[in-house]
Amino acid sequence: MTALAPSQSDANAPRLVRGGGRGGRNRPALGRGKGLLLPVLLLVLWEALSRFGVFAPNLLPAPSKVLGAIADLAVTGELLEHIAITLYRVALGFLIGGAAATLLGAATGYSRTARELLDPLLQSLRNIPSIAWVPLFILWLGIYEASKVTLIATGVFFPVYLNLMSGIQNVDRKLVEVGRVYRLSGLQLVRRVLLPATLPTYIVGLRSGLGLGWMFVVAAEYMGASKGLGFLLVDGQMTGRPQIIIGSIALFAIFGKLTDLLLATVGERFLTWQDSFSSNHTRASADAADR
Amino acid sequence: MLRIDDLSKRFDSGVKALETVTLTVGQSEIVSLVGTSGCGKSTLLRIVGGLDFPTSGSVLIDDEPVAAPRPEIGIVFQEPRLMPWLSVADNVKFGIEDQPRPVKDELATAALAKVGLTGFAEALPRQLSGGMAQRVAIARALVTRPSILLLDEPFSALDAFTRLKLQDHLLQTWEFDRPTMLFVTHDIDEALVLSDRIIVMRGHPGRIHQEYTVDLPRPRRRTDAAFQLWKERLLTDLDLSVEA
Ligand SMILES: Nc1ncnc2c1ncn2[C@@H]1O[C@H](COP(=O)(O)OP(=O)(O)OP(=O)(O)O)[C@@H](O)[C@H]1O
Ligand SMILES: [Mg+2]
Repeated sequence: MTALAPSQSDANAPRLVRGGGRGGRNRPALGRGKGLLLPVLLLVLWEALSRFGVFAPNLLPAPSKVLGAIADLAVTGELLEHIAITLYRVALGFLIGGAAATLLGAATGYSRTARELLDPLLQSLRNIPSIAWVPLFILWLGIYEASKVTLIATGVFFPVYLNLMSGIQNVDRKLVEVGRVYRLSGLQLVRRVLLPATLPTYIVGLRSGLGLGWMFVVAAEYMGASKGLGFLLVDGQMTGRPQIIIGSIALFAIFGKLTDLLLATVGERFLTWQDSFSSNHTRASADAADR
Repeated sequence: MLRIDDLSKRFDSGVKALETVTLTVGQSEIVSLVGTSGCGKSTLLRIVGGLDFPTSGSVLIDDEPVAAPRPEIGIVFQEPRLMPWLSVADNVKFGIEDQPRPVKDELATAALAKVGLTGFAEALPRQLSGGMAQRVAIARALVTRPSILLLDEPFSALDAFTRLKLQDHLLQTWEFDRPTMLFVTHDIDEALVLSDRIIVMRGHPGRIHQEYTVDLPRPRRRTDAAFQLWKERLLTDLDLSVEA
Protein backbone atom coordinates (compact mmCIF):
# COMPACT_ATOMS: atom_id res chain seq x y z
CA MET A 1 0.00 0.00 0.00
CA THR A 2 2.68 2.47 0.94
CA ALA A 3 4.81 1.30 -1.90
CA LEU A 4 2.04 1.97 -4.33
CA ALA A 5 1.15 5.49 -3.33
CA PRO A 6 4.47 7.27 -3.97
CA SER A 7 4.87 5.75 -7.40
CA GLN A 8 1.45 7.02 -8.30
CA SER A 9 2.20 10.50 -7.08
CA ASP A 10 5.38 10.38 -9.15
CA ALA A 11 3.31 9.53 -12.13
CA ASN A 12 1.05 12.44 -11.39
CA ALA A 13 3.59 15.16 -10.90
CA PRO A 14 4.87 15.63 -14.45
CA ARG A 15 1.36 15.53 -15.82
CA LEU A 16 0.28 18.39 -13.56
CA VAL A 17 3.22 20.54 -14.60
CA ARG A 18 2.65 19.85 -18.24
CA GLY A 19 -1.04 20.60 -17.86
CA GLY A 20 -0.14 23.98 -16.40
CA GLY A 21 1.58 25.03 -19.60
CA ARG A 22 4.76 27.08 -19.14
CA GLY A 23 5.89 25.79 -15.75
CA GLY A 24 6.46 28.42 -13.02
CA ARG A 25 3.08 29.86 -12.33
CA ASN A 26 1.43 26.61 -11.29
CA ARG A 27 4.18 25.34 -9.08
CA PRO A 28 3.21 27.12 -5.84
CA ALA A 29 -0.36 25.78 -6.10
CA LEU A 30 0.99 22.30 -6.59
CA GLY A 31 3.36 22.89 -3.65
CA ARG A 32 0.48 23.74 -1.38
CA GLY A 33 -1.60 20.81 -2.59
CA LYS A 34 1.26 18.34 -2.30
CA GLY A 35 0.52 17.56 1.34
CA LEU A 36 -3.00 16.51 0.45
CA LEU A 37 -1.98 14.21 -2.37
CA LEU A 38 -1.00 11.21 -0.31
CA PRO A 39 -3.93 11.29 2.15
CA VAL A 40 -6.44 11.59 -0.67
CA LEU A 41 -4.84 8.69 -2.53
CA LEU A 42 -4.88 6.56 0.61
CA LEU A 43 -8.54 7.41 1.23
CA VAL A 44 -9.47 6.41 -2.30
CA LEU A 45 -7.50 3.20 -1.96
CA TRP A 46 -9.06 2.47 1.40
CA GLU A 47 -12.57 3.06 0.06
CA ALA A 48 -11.89 0.83 -2.94
CA LEU A 49 -10.39 -2.01 -0.93
CA SER A 50 -13.30 -1.81 1.54
CA ARG A 51 -15.81 -2.07 -1.28
CA PHE A 52 -14.02 -5.07 -2.72
CA GLY A 53 -14.28 -6.65 0.71
CA VAL A 54 -10.54 -6.75 1.42
CA PHE A 55 -11.04 -5.04 4.82
CA ALA A 56 -13.53 -6.56 7.23
CA PRO A 57 -16.22 -3.89 7.81
CA ASN A 58 -16.36 -4.62 11.54
CA LEU A 59 -12.65 -3.83 11.85
CA LEU A 60 -12.06 -1.14 9.25
CA PRO A 61 -15.22 0.38 7.80
CA ALA A 62 -15.04 2.33 4.57
CA PRO A 63 -14.44 6.09 4.72
CA SER A 64 -17.91 6.64 3.31
CA LYS A 65 -19.40 4.69 6.22
CA VAL A 66 -17.37 6.72 8.72
CA LEU A 67 -18.53 9.91 7.10
CA GLY A 68 -22.11 8.65 7.15
CA ALA A 69 -21.97 7.86 10.85
CA ILE A 70 -20.55 11.27 11.65
CA ALA A 71 -23.14 12.93 9.45
CA ASP A 72 -25.89 11.06 11.33
CA LEU A 73 -24.53 12.44 14.59
CA ALA A 74 -24.32 15.88 13.11
CA VAL A 75 -27.93 15.85 11.99
CA THR A 76 -29.24 15.19 15.51
CA GLY A 77 -27.05 17.99 16.85
CA GLU A 78 -25.31 15.51 19.12
CA LEU A 79 -22.00 15.92 17.33
CA LEU A 80 -21.90 19.65 17.91
CA GLU A 81 -22.37 19.10 21.63
CA HIS A 82 -19.48 16.62 21.74
CA ILE A 83 -17.20 18.92 19.82
CA ALA A 84 -18.20 21.96 21.85
CA ILE A 85 -17.55 20.36 25.24
CA THR A 86 -14.19 18.98 24.13
CA LEU A 87 -13.13 22.33 22.68
CA TYR A 88 -14.26 24.01 25.88
CA ARG A 89 -12.18 21.66 28.03
CA VAL A 90 -9.09 22.07 25.88
CA ALA A 91 -9.50 25.83 25.78
CA LEU A 92 -9.99 26.18 29.52
CA GLY A 93 -7.15 23.80 30.34
CA PHE A 94 -4.94 25.58 27.85
CA LEU A 95 -5.74 28.98 29.34
CA ILE A 96 -5.20 27.91 32.94
CA GLY A 97 -2.10 25.80 32.28
CA GLY A 98 -0.70 28.36 29.87
CA ALA A 99 -1.26 31.25 32.27
CA ALA A 100 0.32 29.45 35.21
CA ALA A 101 3.26 28.40 33.04
CA THR A 102 3.69 31.95 31.75
CA LEU A 103 3.82 33.40 35.25
CA LEU A 104 6.16 30.76 36.66
CA GLY A 105 8.29 30.50 33.52
CA ALA A 106 8.75 34.27 33.42
CA ALA A 107 9.69 34.29 37.10
CA THR A 108 12.19 31.43 36.90
CA GLY A 109 13.62 32.71 33.62
CA TYR A 110 14.12 36.21 34.92
CA SER A 111 15.09 35.71 38.53
CA ARG A 112 17.83 33.41 39.61
CA THR A 113 16.35 33.13 43.09
CA ALA A 114 12.97 32.09 41.72
CA ARG A 115 14.70 29.55 39.52
CA GLU A 116 16.66 28.05 42.36
CA LEU A 117 13.55 27.89 44.52
CA LEU A 118 10.98 26.64 42.03
CA ASP A 119 12.65 24.92 39.17
CA PRO A 120 13.89 21.75 40.91
CA LEU A 121 10.40 21.05 42.24
CA LEU A 122 8.72 21.71 38.91
CA GLN A 123 11.30 19.64 37.05
CA SER A 124 10.69 16.66 39.30
CA LEU A 125 6.92 17.01 38.96
CA ARG A 126 7.45 17.01 35.21
CA ASN A 127 8.90 13.51 35.46
CA ILE A 128 5.63 12.09 36.73
CA PRO A 129 3.78 10.63 33.75
CA SER A 130 0.79 12.90 33.68
CA ILE A 131 -1.73 10.08 33.39
CA ALA A 132 -0.56 9.02 36.82
CA TRP A 133 -2.21 12.15 38.20
CA VAL A 134 -5.64 11.03 37.11
CA PRO A 135 -6.66 9.05 40.22
CA LEU A 136 -5.46 11.84 42.46
CA PHE A 137 -7.25 14.55 40.51
CA ILE A 138 -10.45 12.49 40.56
CA LEU A 139 -10.08 11.95 44.28
CA TRP A 140 -9.53 15.63 44.93
CA LEU A 141 -11.74 17.24 42.33
CA GLY A 142 -14.39 14.67 41.52
CA ILE A 143 -15.11 13.07 38.19
CA TYR A 144 -16.63 16.13 36.55
CA GLU A 145 -15.11 19.10 34.76
CA ALA A 146 -12.61 20.24 37.38
CA SER A 147 -10.47 17.11 37.32
CA LYS A 148 -10.52 16.96 33.51
CA VAL A 149 -9.55 20.57 33.05
CA THR A 150 -6.83 20.24 35.68
CA LEU A 151 -5.37 17.25 33.89
CA ILE A 152 -5.32 19.13 30.60
CA ALA A 153 -3.82 22.19 32.27
CA THR A 154 -1.08 19.98 33.74
CA GLY A 155 -0.26 18.73 30.27
CA VAL A 156 -0.19 22.22 28.80
CA PHE A 157 1.87 23.63 31.65
CA PHE A 158 5.24 21.97 31.18
CA PRO A 159 6.14 22.68 27.57
CA VAL A 160 5.04 26.29 27.96
CA TYR A 161 6.94 26.66 31.22
CA LEU A 162 10.15 25.07 29.92
CA ASN A 163 10.19 26.97 26.65
CA LEU A 164 9.52 30.31 28.27
CA MET A 165 12.11 29.81 30.98
CA SER A 166 14.87 28.70 28.67
CA GLY A 167 13.79 31.32 26.14
CA ILE A 168 14.28 34.10 28.66
CA GLN A 169 17.55 32.64 29.88
CA ASN A 170 18.87 32.47 26.34
CA VAL A 171 18.03 36.03 25.40
CA ASP A 172 21.12 37.63 23.92
CA ARG A 173 23.03 39.18 26.83
CA LYS A 174 24.17 41.89 24.46
CA LEU A 175 20.62 43.09 23.84
CA VAL A 176 19.92 43.07 27.56
CA GLU A 177 22.96 45.28 27.95
CA VAL A 178 21.50 47.78 25.50
CA GLY A 179 18.51 47.88 27.84
CA ARG A 180 20.87 48.62 30.71
CA VAL A 181 22.54 51.43 28.77
CA TYR A 182 19.14 53.10 28.50
CA ARG A 183 18.44 52.44 32.19
CA LEU A 184 15.31 50.33 31.74
CA SER A 185 13.65 49.22 34.94
CA GLY A 186 13.11 45.50 35.55
CA LEU A 187 9.57 45.63 34.23
CA GLN A 188 10.55 47.74 31.21
CA LEU A 189 13.33 45.30 30.43
CA VAL A 190 10.83 42.43 30.48
CA ARG A 191 8.36 44.27 28.27
CA ARG A 192 10.76 45.86 25.81
CA VAL A 193 13.56 43.32 25.49
CA LEU A 194 12.96 39.98 27.18
CA LEU A 195 9.38 39.41 26.08
CA PRO A 196 9.80 40.17 22.38
CA ALA A 197 13.09 38.30 22.25
CA THR A 198 11.48 35.27 23.88
CA LEU A 199 8.34 35.28 21.76
CA PRO A 200 9.54 32.73 19.18
CA THR A 201 10.36 30.05 21.76
CA TYR A 202 7.28 30.99 23.77
CA ILE A 203 5.04 30.37 20.79
CA VAL A 204 6.75 27.04 20.18
CA GLY A 205 5.98 26.23 23.82
CA LEU A 206 2.34 27.26 23.45
CA ARG A 207 1.97 25.12 20.35
CA SER A 208 3.42 22.00 21.93
CA GLY A 209 1.38 22.78 25.05
CA LEU A 210 -1.75 22.85 22.96
CA GLY A 211 -0.74 19.55 21.36
CA LEU A 212 -0.40 17.99 24.79
CA GLY A 213 -3.72 19.56 25.77
CA TRP A 214 -5.35 17.61 22.96
CA MET A 215 -3.60 14.43 24.06
CA PHE A 216 -4.76 14.89 27.62
CA VAL A 217 -8.35 15.68 26.75
CA VAL A 218 -8.55 12.23 25.20
CA ALA A 219 -7.17 10.70 28.38
CA ALA A 220 -9.50 12.78 30.56
CA GLU A 221 -12.59 11.93 28.55
CA TYR A 222 -11.56 8.33 28.19
CA MET A 223 -11.49 8.02 31.97
CA GLY A 224 -15.15 8.86 32.29
CA ALA A 225 -17.32 11.39 30.58
CA SER A 226 -20.83 11.54 29.24
CA LYS A 227 -19.96 13.94 26.45
CA GLY A 228 -17.04 14.91 24.30
CA LEU A 229 -15.06 13.45 21.43
CA GLY A 230 -13.20 11.19 23.86
CA PHE A 231 -16.52 9.90 25.12
CA LEU A 232 -17.55 9.26 21.53
CA LEU A 233 -14.40 7.19 21.16
CA VAL A 234 -15.29 5.03 24.17
CA ASP A 235 -18.90 4.85 23.13
CA GLY A 236 -17.90 3.60 19.70
CA GLN A 237 -15.82 0.91 21.33
CA MET A 238 -18.54 -0.13 23.80
CA THR A 239 -21.25 -0.31 21.19
CA GLY A 240 -19.06 -1.97 18.61
CA ARG A 241 -19.20 0.82 16.05
CA PRO A 242 -15.73 1.15 14.56
CA GLN A 243 -16.95 3.91 12.23
CA ILE A 244 -17.59 6.06 15.32
CA ILE A 245 -14.12 5.31 16.69
CA ILE A 246 -12.45 6.23 13.43
CA GLY A 247 -14.70 9.24 13.04
CA SER A 248 -13.72 10.62 16.46
CA ILE A 249 -10.05 10.03 15.75
CA ALA A 250 -10.43 11.98 12.53
CA LEU A 251 -12.25 14.77 14.35
CA PHE A 252 -9.48 14.95 16.95
CA ALA A 253 -6.96 15.24 14.16
CA ILE A 254 -8.94 17.93 12.39
CA PHE A 255 -9.56 20.09 15.45
CA GLY A 256 -6.05 19.61 16.77
CA LYS A 257 -4.69 20.75 13.43
CA LEU A 258 -7.10 23.69 13.18
CA THR A 259 -6.33 25.05 16.64
CA ASP A 260 -2.61 24.65 16.05
CA LEU A 261 -2.97 26.46 12.74
CA LEU A 262 -4.81 29.26 14.52
CA LEU A 263 -2.05 29.59 17.10
CA ALA A 264 0.66 29.40 14.45
CA THR A 265 -1.04 32.06 12.35
CA VAL A 266 -1.47 34.41 15.29
CA GLY A 267 2.14 33.73 16.27
CA GLU A 268 3.42 34.43 12.78
CA ARG A 269 1.86 37.87 12.82
CA PHE A 270 4.05 38.73 15.79
CA LEU A 271 7.15 37.16 14.31
CA THR A 272 7.39 38.76 10.90
CA TRP A 273 10.68 40.28 12.02
CA GLN A 274 12.36 36.90 12.33
CA ASP A 275 15.32 36.24 10.12
CA SER A 276 15.30 32.50 9.90
CA PHE A 277 15.92 29.96 7.20
CA SER A 278 12.25 29.10 6.82
CA SER A 279 11.06 32.73 6.65
CA ASN A 280 13.69 33.53 4.02
CA HIS A 281 12.71 30.39 2.25
CA THR A 282 9.06 31.35 2.03
CA ARG A 283 9.99 34.88 1.10
CA ALA A 284 12.18 33.59 -1.72
CA SER A 285 9.51 31.27 -3.05
CA ALA A 286 6.91 34.02 -2.76
CA ASP A 287 9.22 36.23 -4.83
CA ALA A 288 9.58 33.45 -7.35
CA ALA A 289 5.82 33.20 -7.48
CA ASP A 290 5.47 36.89 -8.24
CA ARG A 291 7.81 36.74 -11.16
CA MET B 1 34.99 66.51 31.48
CA LEU B 2 35.76 62.82 31.84
CA ARG B 3 38.37 61.75 34.37
CA ILE B 4 39.61 58.21 34.76
CA ASP B 5 41.57 58.09 37.96
CA ASP B 6 44.02 55.35 38.97
CA LEU B 7 41.64 52.72 37.68
CA SER B 8 42.29 48.99 38.18
CA LYS B 9 40.04 46.08 37.31
CA ARG B 10 40.29 42.50 38.38
CA PHE B 11 37.55 40.11 37.30
CA ASP B 12 36.03 37.54 39.63
CA SER B 13 37.82 34.91 37.58
CA GLY B 14 41.10 36.41 38.83
CA VAL B 15 42.06 37.95 35.51
CA LYS B 16 43.56 41.39 35.94
CA ALA B 17 42.42 43.48 33.01
CA LEU B 18 43.51 47.00 33.91
CA GLU B 19 46.11 48.50 36.21
CA THR B 20 46.35 52.09 37.40
CA VAL B 21 44.92 53.70 34.29
CA THR B 22 44.70 57.46 34.57
CA LEU B 23 43.32 59.54 31.73
CA THR B 24 41.55 62.85 31.38
CA VAL B 25 39.42 63.59 28.33
CA GLY B 26 38.39 67.19 27.81
CA GLN B 27 35.06 68.54 26.64
CA SER B 28 34.47 67.71 22.94
CA GLU B 29 37.81 65.99 22.68
CA ILE B 30 38.15 62.89 20.51
CA VAL B 31 40.48 60.34 22.06
CA SER B 32 41.35 56.99 20.50
CA LEU B 33 42.42 53.93 22.46
CA VAL B 34 44.64 51.55 20.54
CA GLY B 35 46.48 48.51 21.82
CA THR B 36 47.00 44.81 21.56
CA SER B 37 44.08 42.45 21.84
CA GLY B 38 43.12 41.67 25.41
CA CYS B 39 44.80 44.69 26.99
CA GLY B 40 41.55 45.87 28.51
CA LYS B 41 40.25 48.51 26.12
CA SER B 42 36.70 47.17 26.10
CA THR B 43 36.81 46.71 29.84
CA LEU B 44 37.85 50.34 30.28
CA LEU B 45 35.04 51.52 28.03
CA ARG B 46 32.48 49.39 29.84
CA ILE B 47 33.55 50.79 33.18
CA VAL B 48 33.34 54.36 31.86
CA GLY B 49 29.87 53.53 30.55
CA GLY B 50 28.77 52.24 33.93
CA LEU B 51 28.26 48.70 32.66
CA ASP B 52 31.01 47.26 34.85
CA PHE B 53 32.72 48.27 38.08
CA PRO B 54 36.36 49.07 38.78
CA THR B 55 38.14 47.13 41.50
CA SER B 56 39.83 50.33 42.58
CA GLY B 57 40.06 53.85 41.30
CA SER B 58 37.21 55.85 39.84
CA VAL B 59 35.60 57.33 36.78
CA LEU B 60 34.36 60.89 37.20
CA ILE B 61 32.12 62.82 34.86
CA ASP B 62 32.11 66.48 35.80
CA ASP B 63 33.43 65.41 39.19
CA GLU B 64 30.63 62.93 39.77
CA PRO B 65 31.53 59.25 40.06
CA VAL B 66 29.97 56.87 37.53
CA ALA B 67 28.28 53.93 39.24
CA ALA B 68 25.66 52.98 36.67
CA PRO B 69 24.79 53.84 33.07
CA ARG B 70 24.07 57.54 32.79
CA PRO B 71 21.79 59.40 30.41
CA GLU B 72 24.50 61.71 29.11
CA ILE B 73 26.60 58.76 27.93
CA GLY B 74 25.98 57.10 24.58
CA ILE B 75 27.55 53.78 23.68
CA VAL B 76 28.16 52.16 20.31
CA PHE B 77 29.27 48.56 20.59
CA GLN B 78 31.36 46.52 18.23
CA GLU B 79 28.16 44.87 16.97
CA PRO B 80 25.05 46.87 16.05
CA ARG B 81 22.97 45.18 18.78
CA LEU B 82 19.69 46.24 17.19
CA MET B 83 16.44 44.77 18.47
CA PRO B 84 15.49 42.50 15.58
CA TRP B 85 11.76 42.92 16.21
CA LEU B 86 11.85 46.72 15.95
CA SER B 87 11.93 48.73 12.77
CA VAL B 88 14.96 50.91 12.12
CA ALA B 89 13.09 53.99 13.36
CA ASP B 90 11.90 52.23 16.52
CA ASN B 91 15.43 51.02 17.20
CA VAL B 92 16.65 54.60 16.95
CA LYS B 93 13.88 55.67 19.34
CA PHE B 94 14.78 52.93 21.82
CA GLY B 95 16.46 55.33 24.24
CA ILE B 96 13.90 58.14 24.03
CA GLU B 97 10.77 56.10 24.66
CA ASP B 98 9.55 58.47 27.38
CA GLN B 99 9.35 61.51 25.10
CA PRO B 100 6.13 62.60 23.38
CA ARG B 101 5.53 60.91 20.08
CA PRO B 102 6.06 63.88 17.73
CA VAL B 103 9.34 64.69 19.46
CA LYS B 104 10.48 61.09 19.12
CA ASP B 105 9.56 60.98 15.45
CA GLU B 106 11.35 64.21 14.71
CA LEU B 107 14.50 63.23 16.60
CA ALA B 108 14.61 59.81 14.96
CA THR B 109 14.12 61.26 11.50
CA ALA B 110 16.92 63.74 12.10
CA ALA B 111 19.25 61.07 13.52
CA LEU B 112 18.61 58.77 10.56
CA ALA B 113 19.26 61.61 8.16
CA LYS B 114 22.59 62.30 9.85
CA VAL B 115 23.78 58.77 9.20
CA GLY B 116 22.37 58.77 5.68
CA LEU B 117 19.55 56.31 6.23
CA THR B 118 16.51 58.41 5.39
CA GLY B 119 14.09 56.09 3.65
CA PHE B 120 14.99 53.03 5.71
CA ALA B 121 12.95 54.05 8.76
CA GLU B 122 10.44 51.25 8.33
CA ALA B 123 12.95 48.54 7.39
CA LEU B 124 13.66 45.69 9.77
CA PRO B 125 17.23 45.01 10.95
CA ARG B 126 17.39 41.76 8.97
CA GLN B 127 16.97 43.74 5.78
CA LEU B 128 20.05 45.88 6.44
CA SER B 129 23.65 45.36 5.45
CA GLY B 130 26.26 45.29 8.23
CA GLY B 131 27.29 48.87 7.54
CA MET B 132 23.70 50.11 7.55
CA ALA B 133 22.97 48.30 10.80
CA GLN B 134 26.01 49.88 12.43
CA ARG B 135 24.87 53.29 11.23
CA VAL B 136 21.49 52.66 12.87
CA ALA B 137 23.36 51.83 16.07
CA ILE B 138 25.22 55.12 15.79
CA ALA B 139 21.93 56.96 15.20
CA ARG B 140 20.47 55.25 18.27
CA ALA B 141 23.40 56.48 20.35
CA LEU B 142 23.28 59.99 18.90
CA VAL B 143 19.55 60.53 19.24
CA THR B 144 19.82 61.08 22.98
CA ARG B 145 22.38 63.80 22.24
CA PRO B 146 24.97 62.35 24.59
CA SER B 147 27.69 64.65 25.82
CA ILE B 148 30.00 61.63 25.99
CA LEU B 149 30.09 59.04 23.25
CA LEU B 150 31.87 55.71 23.82
CA LEU B 151 32.62 53.65 20.74
CA ASP B 152 34.12 50.17 20.96
CA GLU B 153 35.61 49.24 17.61
CA PRO B 154 32.37 50.31 15.94
CA PHE B 155 33.66 49.85 12.39
CA SER B 156 35.93 46.85 12.78
CA ALA B 157 33.49 44.38 11.25
CA LEU B 158 33.02 46.46 8.13
CA ASP B 159 34.77 46.47 4.80
CA ALA B 160 37.37 49.16 4.18
CA PHE B 161 35.16 51.26 1.91
CA THR B 162 32.19 51.37 4.28
CA ARG B 163 34.56 52.07 7.14
CA LEU B 164 35.96 55.18 5.42
CA LYS B 165 32.46 56.41 4.75
CA LEU B 166 31.36 55.86 8.34
CA GLN B 167 34.42 57.62 9.73
CA ASP B 168 33.46 60.67 7.71
CA HIS B 169 29.83 60.29 8.82
CA LEU B 170 30.95 60.18 12.42
CA LEU B 171 33.01 63.34 12.07
CA GLN B 172 30.14 65.10 10.37
CA THR B 173 27.73 64.16 13.11
CA TRP B 174 30.27 65.13 15.72
CA GLU B 175 30.04 68.67 14.32
CA PHE B 176 26.40 68.94 15.51
CA ASP B 177 26.70 68.40 19.25
CA ARG B 178 30.46 68.01 19.61
CA PRO B 179 30.29 65.18 22.09
CA THR B 180 33.37 64.03 23.95
CA MET B 181 34.40 60.79 22.26
CA LEU B 182 36.36 57.81 23.51
CA PHE B 183 37.01 55.55 20.58
CA VAL B 184 38.54 52.08 20.65
CA THR B 185 40.13 50.95 17.41
CA HIS B 186 42.77 48.62 16.00
CA ASP B 187 43.18 50.73 12.92
CA ILE B 188 45.96 53.35 12.97
CA ASP B 189 44.48 55.22 10.00
CA GLU B 190 41.14 55.42 11.75
CA ALA B 191 42.73 56.74 14.93
CA LEU B 192 44.67 59.36 12.96
CA VAL B 193 41.69 60.56 10.96
CA LEU B 194 39.46 60.95 13.99
CA SER B 195 41.41 61.78 17.07
CA ASP B 196 42.85 64.73 18.87
CA ARG B 197 44.82 62.30 21.01
CA ILE B 198 45.81 58.66 20.64
CA ILE B 199 46.37 56.54 23.73
CA VAL B 200 48.38 53.37 23.29
CA MET B 201 47.65 50.64 25.81
CA ARG B 202 49.70 47.50 26.34
CA GLY B 203 50.15 44.47 28.50
CA HIS B 204 48.25 42.14 30.79
CA PRO B 205 46.93 43.80 32.86
CA GLY B 206 46.60 46.74 30.48
CA ARG B 207 48.28 50.05 31.22
CA ILE B 208 48.66 53.25 29.31
CA HIS B 209 51.90 52.87 27.42
CA GLN B 210 52.15 56.01 25.38
CA GLU B 211 50.18 59.04 24.39
CA TYR B 212 50.23 61.13 21.22
CA THR B 213 48.62 64.49 20.56
CA VAL B 214 47.71 64.53 16.89
CA ASP B 215 48.20 68.06 15.69
CA LEU B 216 47.20 67.44 12.07
CA PRO B 217 44.78 70.10 10.76
CA ARG B 218 41.23 69.06 10.01
CA PRO B 219 39.71 67.89 7.79
CA ARG B 220 42.43 65.28 7.50
CA ARG B 221 43.23 63.59 4.25
CA ARG B 222 44.60 60.10 4.42
CA THR B 223 46.83 60.76 1.43
CA ASP B 224 48.54 63.88 2.78
CA ALA B 225 52.27 63.61 3.36
CA ALA B 226 51.95 64.80 6.94
CA PHE B 227 49.34 62.13 7.60
CA GLN B 228 51.61 59.46 6.17
CA LEU B 229 54.47 60.70 8.32
CA TRP B 230 52.32 60.38 11.43
CA LYS B 231 51.30 56.92 10.41
CA GLU B 232 54.88 55.83 9.93
CA ARG B 233 55.82 57.28 13.28
CA LEU B 234 53.04 55.43 15.05
CA LEU B 235 53.72 52.15 13.28
CA THR B 236 57.41 52.37 14.08
CA ASP B 237 56.70 53.12 17.71
CA LEU B 238 54.21 50.30 17.98
CA ASP B 239 56.61 47.86 16.32
CA LEU B 240 59.45 48.93 18.61
CA SER B 241 57.24 48.50 21.63
CA VAL B 242 56.40 44.98 20.49
CA GLU B 243 60.09 44.12 20.53
CA ALA B 244 60.75 45.90 23.79
N1 LIG C 1 33.60 39.37 31.97
C1 LIG C 1 34.87 38.98 32.06
N2 LIG C 1 35.25 38.07 32.97
C2 LIG C 1 36.54 37.69 33.09
N3 LIG C 1 37.53 38.15 32.32
C3 LIG C 1 37.22 39.08 31.39
C4 LIG C 1 35.90 39.53 31.20
N4 LIG C 1 35.89 40.44 30.21
C5 LIG C 1 37.17 40.55 29.79
N5 LIG C 1 37.98 39.73 30.50
C6 LIG C 1 39.44 39.61 30.36
O1 LIG C 1 39.99 40.88 30.54
C7 LIG C 1 41.04 41.11 29.61
C8 LIG C 1 40.76 42.36 28.82
O2 LIG C 1 39.63 42.14 27.99
P1 LIG C 1 39.04 43.26 27.03
O3 LIG C 1 37.88 42.69 26.35
O4 LIG C 1 38.86 44.50 27.79
O5 LIG C 1 40.25 43.44 25.99
P2 LIG C 1 40.32 44.36 24.69
O6 LIG C 1 41.50 45.23 24.84
O7 LIG C 1 39.02 44.99 24.43
O8 LIG C 1 40.64 43.28 23.59
P3 LIG C 1 40.20 43.28 22.05
O9 LIG C 1 41.07 44.26 21.36
O10 LIG C 1 40.48 41.89 21.60
O11 LIG C 1 38.75 43.62 22.02
C9 LIG C 1 41.14 39.86 28.77
O12 LIG C 1 42.20 39.08 29.28
C10 LIG C 1 39.84 39.16 28.97
O13 LIG C 1 40.02 37.78 28.93
MG1 LIG D 1 37.51 44.77 22.94
